[in-house]
Amino acid sequence: MFDNVWLIPLFPLIGFLINGLFGKKIKNETVIGGIGAFAVLCSFVVSCMTILRLLSLPIEERLAEVKVFTWITSGNFNADIAFLVDPLSCVMIMVVTGVGFLIHLYSIGYMHGEEGFYRFFAYLNLFMFSMLLLVLGNNLLLMFVGWEGVGLCSYLLIGYYFHKKSAGDAGKKAFVMNRVGDFGFLLGGFALFWYLGASHNVWTIQFTEIAKNSHLLPTGGIVTVITLCFFLGATGKSAQIPLYTWLPDAMEGPTPVSALIHAATMVTAGVYMIARMNFLFIRSPETLMVVAVIGACTALFAATIGTAQYDIKRVLAYSTVSQLGYMFLAMGAGAFAAGIFHLMTHAFFKACLFLGSGAVIHSMHEALHHAHSHDDPQDMRNMGGLKSKMPLTFMTFLLATIAIAGIPGFSGFFSKDEILWQAFSNQHHGSLNYLLWGMGAIAAGLTAFYMFRLVFMTFYGESRITPKAKDHLHESPMIIVFPLLVLAALSVIGGYIGMPKIIGDALGGIPNYFEHYLEPVFRYSEEYLSQHSQHTALHPSHAVEWGLMGLSVLIALAGITVAFTMYVKNRELPSRFTATFPALHRAVYNKWYIDELYDFAIVNPVKAAGRFLWKGFDVVIVDGAVNGVANIVMAFAGVIRYLQSGFIYNYAWTMAFGVVVILGYYLFK
Amino acid sequence: MDMITFPTIDMTPILPEIYLSLLAMALLLINVFMPGRQKGYLGYISFVGVVAIAVMTASGWGIEVSSFSGSVIQDKFAIFFKIIFLLSAGLSILLSDQYMEREGCNHGELYPLILFTVVGMMLMACGTDLMTIFLGLEVMSVSLYILAGFNRANIKSNESGLKYFLLGAFSTGFLLYGMALTYGATGTTRIFGISGQLSQMAAPAANIMLLAGMLLMITGFAFKIAAAPFHMWTPDVYEGAPTPMTAFMSAGPKAAGFAAAIRILVISFPALQPDWSQLFWILAVLTMTIGNITALRQDNIKRMLAYSSIAHAGYALVGFAAGNETGVAGVLFYMLSYAFMNIGAFAIVILIAKKGETNGTVQDFAGFAFKRPLLAAVMSLFLFSLAGMPPTAGFIGKFYLFSGAVQQGYVWLAIIGVINSAVSVYYYLRVMVFMYMKNPSEEFEWATVTAPVALALIISAAGSIILGVVPSYVMQFAQQAAKLI
Amino acid sequence: MENLNGYLIVSAILFSIGTIGVLTRKNAIVIFMCVELMLNAVNLTFVALSRHLGNLDGQVFVFFVMTVAAAEAAVGLALMIAFYNNRETIDVTDMNSLKW
Repeated sequence: MFDNVWLIPLFPLIGFLINGLFGKKIKNETVIGGIGAFAVLCSFVVSCMTILRLLSLPIEERLAEVKVFTWITSGNFNADIAFLVDPLSCVMIMVVTGVGFLIHLYSIGYMHGEEGFYRFFAYLNLFMFSMLLLVLGNNLLLMFVGWEGVGLCSYLLIGYYFHKKSAGDAGKKAFVMNRVGDFGFLLGGFALFWYLGASHNVWTIQFTEIAKNSHLLPTGGIVTVITLCFFLGATGKSAQIPLYTWLPDAMEGPTPVSALIHAATMVTAGVYMIARMNFLFIRSPETLMVVAVIGACTALFAATIGTAQYDIKRVLAYSTVSQLGYMFLAMGAGAFAAGIFHLMTHAFFKACLFLGSGAVIHSMHEALHHAHSHDDPQDMRNMGGLKSKMPLTFMTFLLATIAIAGIPGFSGFFSKDEILWQAFSNQHHGSLNYLLWGMGAIAAGLTAFYMFRLVFMTFYGESRITPKAKDHLHESPMIIVFPLLVLAALSVIGGYIGMPKIIGDALGGIPNYFEHYLEPVFRYSEEYLSQHSQHTALHPSHAVEWGLMGLSVLIALAGITVAFTMYVKNRELPSRFTATFPALHRAVYNKWYIDELYDFAIVNPVKAAGRFLWKGFDVVIVDGAVNGVANIVMAFAGVIRYLQSGFIYNYAWTMAFGVVVILGYYLFK
Repeated sequence: MDMITFPTIDMTPILPEIYLSLLAMALLLINVFMPGRQKGYLGYISFVGVVAIAVMTASGWGIEVSSFSGSVIQDKFAIFFKIIFLLSAGLSILLSDQYMEREGCNHGELYPLILFTVVGMMLMACGTDLMTIFLGLEVMSVSLYILAGFNRANIKSNESGLKYFLLGAFSTGFLLYGMALTYGATGTTRIFGISGQLSQMAAPAANIMLLAGMLLMITGFAFKIAAAPFHMWTPDVYEGAPTPMTAFMSAGPKAAGFAAAIRILVISFPALQPDWSQLFWILAVLTMTIGNITALRQDNIKRMLAYSSIAHAGYALVGFAAGNETGVAGVLFYMLSYAFMNIGAFAIVILIAKKGETNGTVQDFAGFAFKRPLLAAVMSLFLFSLAGMPPTAGFIGKFYLFSGAVQQGYVWLAIIGVINSAVSVYYYLRVMVFMYMKNPSEEFEWATVTAPVALALIISAAGSIILGVVPSYVMQFAQQAAKLI
Repeated sequence: MENLNGYLIVSAILFSIGTIGVLTRKNAIVIFMCVELMLNAVNLTFVALSRHLGNLDGQVFVFFVMTVAAAEAAVGLALMIAFYNNRETIDVTDMNSLKW
């Protein structure tokens, strides 16, 4: 049926091998970029075929597993290289290959003339391969392979401009934070496998098998532990509190990377993982609450930081963290379909925003370069008035901004509103719901504010660079603009396949196609809820729903108005604000000092401990002779005083010490 | 006149050893009688010999023969390990010529010594009598002492050999004492005999002599596999020894130590398994942790890999501590994959270093990826595998080890292992950071890759990948081999 | 053999003396001699046990140990000579180029 699904990850892998091994010899940028983009295009075509075939099946049959070969077998443990085709993975491969292809195209133009062009495309293809493995893998282990792979590529690509020290540091930070998350993932997987096996004799790591046997799992208890471990994994990969600070720093990488990896695809892996294991998460109200609260807090917190950044990419980075917070809020509310929907629309508009910002930076960079200016091309304070210089970029950027701000009719509105509504009306968190909704709504207002602030500072007003440089500002070439146009179009219309029920009803019974389409994936969760529902679901009236929707739109409009007043009409306001509340502004601008806190509380002690152990073990035990093993040796010291520290003795002493302890313990225990 | 009738002895189990010894002696003679100072061709002869003997050894798979009245055995376990030894020897032989030529100590004795080491290791793997195992261990060790100090003109090599010798002899004392006490408690040195005696004892765990014997033997083997706190020789010896020999030592003898220890403990002392399992639990934690943490701040790449090899012994001990079939199969599989990935990594180290073992720090890898992208990619593969990243051999190996522990209920041990493995990624990736994200410090002439080194690299890289992507094929052999009882 | 324990205790004491010698001496040759003492203490154990148990395995073992010890001595002395040629000392406190 889906026999050729394995081709989807294979094409990028081939692209990676060709570019990685021979790229240096090929030299021709068109060929290298062409290979990279073409590989992803092939995957996209196969993905389209796959989803079309899936849609042609009756709803109950929309699930297939394609086994390529047996990977690991040992006793009752079995893991295959096998791909899972279901509505969820199909959405993901469409987003990943579709947006991925556009970004590959864009990169051909954007990376033109960069040193290591082939390296860039090789990494990018390797990333695509890993990401597709992650979303298509039919078991935890294969997913983990992809999980590690995308982390590695992200690490390599963040540090792409390795001659900049900050790039290397950012890569390192991303790496360390992701390791913490990966550890959570592994631990969760271990615990799940072991629990199901030891107590129910179901030894499996296959998603479908776990889902089928999920009725064996209790509510809460061990499931809470397992899901919290998985969620820790998700916070690392998807940049949620407390492991989010790597993402803004990851902006050191080339802009297409920020668009592809740090906005549209990789960072959503955590959301995907929770959706994939919805049947687990639904069984732990505690975890759902944690997920929802963390999501809401992240959404709000990152949005506040976004309001005070001047680097165009950093604004977008915090915006990504914030939007990911929304997705987790949806997951925590049990509204898995809504979360995935937002994942999709976010991929469209955020990729568009990042690519647009890339075009702006590119243009700024060239202009400043011609004028021999050393101003930062990413600093919005140097921009302004780009509207007339780059009309197409401006237009697409504006559309995507409207979409993310949640203005009715655009894709972001549908998905965000659905999440807010679910946060308000879900049956899991009781009265906490109002708080969750409130935080989400305020964050929506802030989002509208900082996004329009960005637009106004960048595209409106007077240009703030020298006239000489200004003349060099220009619209980007077609290969850069084309992806922007496509993504902008998707940001506008992408929402209509998932209209909230209430709007659909009002418009004459248009169903929420997206939710229906995903229903089979969440079947087991639904079953569980229908059996175990303790609280009766809140059923606020339609009036409430309309009211809340109106309210959130009003908040967004208020945010836009404030931005307009501050950055277009009355430009002294921001500086006056800064002057009035210097402490607050400084705190927000410095990201609430979170990095410093981390350095102080975690990084420095760990460094000190590492140093201590290094010096401790080798210098104290080995060099300082007796110190390390002092207690035991003191007893001998009186007899064997001639013992002086010499290197071999110390080794011998340690061995003898080991023998004595082992013998002593076992013979006299 | 009465004829003395010789008992018919089935030589099958030690045929590989016999052929290897003959080959080694022949090489010694050739070395003496053939003119010329360039002895590289001896390496080719021994490599071909090793391959042929490996094929011969492997062809005995499935045929179980015990001979010399139960002193040696040919079983799947022994064959699996023998293949590992031959593999590590073969790869090290391939690496030797270029290195020894550069360091100016390409003496012909090198290759016979490597082969004798393998003979010793093989006896350890197929011995079913404490005596045979002891002999094998000594044949191996004595040859290794010389190999570690092989570069006579180099002070570090001298020191390495001498340190290894003094400490190795010291540890032999404990091992031997353990064997003596075990013999005293059971009245036999046959491994199967010991287990028979134990099964008749009412409370073997209360027999002090037996327990002490077992524990002392464990400490002796712990030295060979570099388990903390018996690991302290490792960094010094590995750093000072000629690099191909370091590669060899980290793969072969370590596996041999595991082979002998597993066979003795699993077959002879199942009655004491709670005790030795617990002991290995602790040793595993200590070994992993100390190895990994100390490796974090190492700049000398050989020393770093030495600490890493300690850590890897710790991972393998996790599977050993589990003591079940998955765990033991995991150890076998891991030793095989470790031979591939570690010798591969050392091959790159050989290429980076310059005469007199200079240029051997992590910093010297700066910009390697820009000068030699293919070699850097291969090195990354080895580092990933060592770090246990999927889908490489190291990942699958660790996976089996830890799942063995989990199946045995040692969940915490597995968790500590996972944490350690997460920590270890740091120092492996540090090398990658230098390769990919730093500019070369100065204009630099990288060594050329000779054909044997290239072959060694291809074999190790292929092994690291194949064992990671399609492990089940090899794993089924390991699982059969692990069915000891 | 009535007083097996006597033999075992003597050999244990010898073994300990050897161990302590290894731990305390500085001269590589003396250290090696102490190792030899340890091995011979074990040999004594083997022989005593062999006699006590009435089987010859232990005595055969002793032959092997003696052979091995001889081989070790040859190799060890060669290594020491090589070291001496470079450093003109065989004091283990001077073996300090490899550390940390």
